[in-house]
Amino acid sequence: MSETKTNMVAPPEGVSGEGFFATKLSDVVGLARANSLWPLPFATSCCGIEFMATMASHYDLARFGSERVSFSPRQADMLMVMGTISKKMAPILRQVYEQMSEPRWVISVGACACSGGVFDTYSVLQGIDKVIPVDVYVPGCPPRPEQIVQGVMQLQELVKNESVRRRNSPEYKELLASYNL
Amino acid sequence: MALENTLIQEKLTQKFGNSVTNFATMRDIFTLEVNKDKVHEVIQFLKDDEELNFHFLTDLAGIHYPDNNVDEQFAVTYQLHNWIENTRIRIKTFLNGENPEVQTITDLFLCSNWMEREAWDFYGIKFTGHPQLKRILNMDEMVSHPMRKEFPMEDGGRTDKDDRFFGRTPVNC
Repeated sequence: MSETKTNMVAPPEGVSGEGFFATKLSDVVGLARANSLWPLPFATSCCGIEFMATMASHYDLARFGSERVSFSPRQADMLMVMGTISKKMAPILRQVYEQMSEPRWVISVGACACSGGVFDTYSVLQGIDKVIPVDVYVPGCPPRPEQIVQGVMQLQELVKNESVRRRNSPEYKELLASYNL
Repeated sequence: MALENTLIQEKLTQKFGNSVTNFATMRDIFTLEVNKDKVHEVIQFLKDDEELNFHFLTDLAGIHYPDNNVDEQFAVTYQLHNWIENTRIRIKTFLNGENPEVQTITDLFLCSNWMEREAWDFYGIKFTGHPQLKRILNMDEMVSHPMRKEFPMEDGGRTDKDDRFFGRTPVNC
């Protein structure tokens, strides 16, 4: 069998010596979180089809530690909203978000989830950020799987650099309060 | 021998007199207008009469005519189908613009239940005697009846659209 090259995630900055490695806790936690983001797909239309391609072998989102698609909000870290969200669907989306445990992140995939897209009409929610906070927006109608992967990588950067105390900070509580969450 | 339009017209005029009017063939379907108080009776007659036998309700829909006089601003159309003769019929009834109200036909056709709820949802047409007249497609909190012409189709809360870039202002080019 030929030798295969395994890509490893680089260690964070730190001091290494014989038999030890010292670094910051927040860096280690960030590294662990960023490379095991369990996605919760909330797919309502065509962007969901692109997500299926993203998860499948060709684009293989599993390379980024998102192997395990969680269909329960309780065990998910990353809510991926893909597709048109009608106003009738909005309370359900909110409930799903509320059921996720901290830390939780949201990726809004596609024009409809980001802004309502072409559906500027009475029945469609004009962007999911009207009801839940969003971390990364992926534009496109629908976006290519590469774009979705790029969105996940952007989120990984956010997660890596997030302070372990952020979720207890008054700013974060204020953000949630502004959404009545 | 197919069911002739003249026979349908004859039977209906004989039974309902002035309540059924404006017989015509529109877009290949025999159409008539019925006084709103008689709609239930007419449909029941069309369904139960052995010769007519319109036993299938294909569609029920509301229409808004804001430019008509106040007594004819809303309409409900019913499309019935006789599968044995393969004959269709369209029944149209006009309703008052301020208080659109008509008797339900859920006791005749169970499938009209959701169609009447849809007409209520989008046009605010009341179907008296309906077992559960509430919104079916739109969210329950909605206050408007969005297919009425006085309500805007677009969402007022849209913030990312600058009208200048969408050709909606008179002085944009």
